[in-house]
Amino acid sequence: MPRTLLAFAIGFGAALAAGWGAFPRVLYQKKVQPIEFRHKTHAAKSGTSACGDCHALRDDGGFGGIPATASCAGCHGEPMGATKAEAALVNDYVKPHRETPWLVYARQPANVRFSHAIHTRLAGLKCAECHGAQGETDAVKPYEVNRISGYSRDIWGRSMSRLRRAPHEGMKMTDCEDCHRKRGVEAGCLGCHQ
Amino acid sequence: MKKRRYGMVIDLDRCTGCGACSVACAAENNVPPAAPRATERTGITPLRVQPVSNGASGPARREVFIPLMCMQCGEHTPCVSVCPQQAVEVDSATGIVTQMPQRCLGCRYCMTACPYHARYFNWWDPEWPAGMEKTLNPGVATRMRGVVEKCNLCHSRLHAAEDKAAAANQREVNPADYVPACVEACPTGAILFGDLADETSAVARAARAPQAFRLLEKLGTEPKVYYRSNRPWVRALAEPRTVPAKEVQRG
Ligand code: HEC
Ligand code: HEC
Ligand code: HEC
Ligand code: HEC
Ligand code: HEC
Repeated sequence: MPRTLLAFAIGFGAALAAGWGAFPRVLYQKKVQPIEFRHKTHAAKSGTSACGDCHALRDDGGFGGIPATASCAGCHGEPMGATKAEAALVNDYVKPHRETPWLVYARQPANVRFSHAIHTRLAGLKCAECHGAQGETDAVKPYEVNRISGYSRDIWGRSMSRLRRAPHEGMKMTDCEDCHRKRGVEAGCLGCHQ
Repeated sequence: MKKRRYGMVIDLDRCTGCGACSVACAAENNVPPAAPRATERTGITPLRVQPVSNGASGPARREVFIPLMCMQCGEHTPCVSVCPQQAVEVDSATGIVTQMPQRCLGCRYCMTACPYHARYFNWWDPEWPAGMEKTLNPGVATRMRGVVEKCNLCHSRLHAAEDKAAAANQREVNPADYVPACVEACPTGAILFGDLADETSAVARAARAPQAFRLLEKLGTEPKVYYRSNRPWVRALAEPRTVPAKEVQRG
């Protein structure tokens, strides 16, 4: 009997290790952002520390998201510093008037409707409650795409088990709903889906 | 946000049957051009205009065009009660009967249950002619093969209106900002849209008028789409027994 129990324990352990250790490596593919952008540099050197300077809410209620190249051009028409990243921005995107193909960590599936206006203006939530320290980055973090769904890893979050998940880690349907339940918000299917 | 009951009153005496509402609906909601093999039964027309006659011939013949879409039933909603997936619900804040294609498993039970034939099944994956996919509405997800869809009262326009209100620190939507595409497109202004729960709204008043009626009212599904006509024979169409089925032309 103990032999079978031992075999079971070993098998179970191996399956868990494969599921939680190896599987994420196979499931997610790393991609690099087109430009080494640092939020820190801009807060320190450019005076544009207000998130709204770059990530603005439009009057029509839409959210500008990651700023267009044109909004970088005012300062980055010519390189100010000597960094490779800045040279790449100026030569590859600003001068040829090309949009930077940023990989969006938080991007939800196409059938999800999310409104920044409701959450940042009406509810007054801080960016960090959902995005963590993304507004203070000193280096771009790698973007990981789920090979099966095509979604960003940030939707599920880094932890596979989701047991000790920080509030801003992951944004599954249940995560939206957890916060809503805590704050007594009622949103129907149609509120969050489109 | 206060509870609303969005609905409409369609003036059949003003409808010319031009079909602009159908086209606007398809464009707004990313309904693809009909698949090559689609028939009248398998195509997708969340809003279709049905011509109906009084059954007479010669000079006594009269015709009317009836725009048909989801009637947004408020009670005993047949599609909600049969869905095994909870993919359909009556949204408590807006009264809109919401269809969630991503939840749908494609059993089509709701299509059978719907007394208004307002639900459509995606028999094929959507396809757009090259270049046309750039004109898709980003606020409406495209549907895949194997799921049911229907009119959601242009919910992406409601979302946009909510976002605009929120940007101005407002919880209530400005009624002028939420107008479905069919209402906007109608050249004769035949469709009145608004909040039926607001007794003073134009749509609520029109719905109370004696010329207003609803289709199959006796089923007790309490639709929020009303019609109106000054012609008694048109009003009589609402209960089908008065018109023999063979007289109803298929559009
Ligand atoms: C100089 C303009 C600028 C300012 C100011 C700025 N950002 Fe950004 N932000 C960017 C750019 C460019 C990116 C895309 C690169 C990246 O992901 O780091 C970005 C990306 C982000 C993202 C990632 C979105 C995603 O999911 O991919 C978040 C979150 C964010 N910013 C939050 C903030 C917050 C919070 C602040 C204020 C503390 C802020 N940003 C200030 C330019 C700016
Ligand atoms: C208000 C002026 C201003 C704006 C607007 C601005 N930047 Fe910068 N940016 C700076 C300054 C100042 C530096 C520091 C240059 C140096 O000393 O190396 C910098 C540095 C950079 C660098 C070099 C790497 C780093 O972060 O240290 C990158 C890449 C960059 N910016 C990208 C962007 C992008 C992308 C945008 C548009 C979304 C943008 N910047 C908008 C002022 C600005
Ligand atoms: C309640 C949670 C929440 C808060 C608060 C929040 N965000 Fe987001 N953010 C999201 C979600 C969810 C998405 C993905 C939206 C989507 O894909 O439709 C997102 C997307 C973004 C993006 C990428 C947009 C794109 O699609 O290109 C940026 C940039 C961003 N947020 C910045 C901010 C900034 C800056 C703030 C603070 C002013 C903020 N967010 C506050 C949840 C939040
Ligand atoms: C950190 C907390 C938090 C998270 C996470 C969050 N929300 Fe919210 N949400 C709120 C609050 C608070 C409100 C109420 C806004 C108000 O009216 O003041 C709200 C309101 C909403 C509403 C409007 C509901 C109404 O009253 O009609 C929608 C829709 C919504 N959220 C969608 C989402 C989606 C989708 C996500 C996940 C991608 C999400 N939320 C994640 C806090 C959150
Ligand atoms: C508070 C916001 C919110 C509400 C309310 C909500 N959803 Fe979701 N839902 C999401 C988000 C965000 C996602 C995408 C992230 C994920 O996969 O969990 C999602 C994903 C889904 C998916 C998976 C789709 C896919 O492509 O993988 C289904 C199915 C779904 N929702 C159905 C529903 C139904 C049915 C309702 C109403 C009973 C509903 N949702 C209500 C936010 C919400």
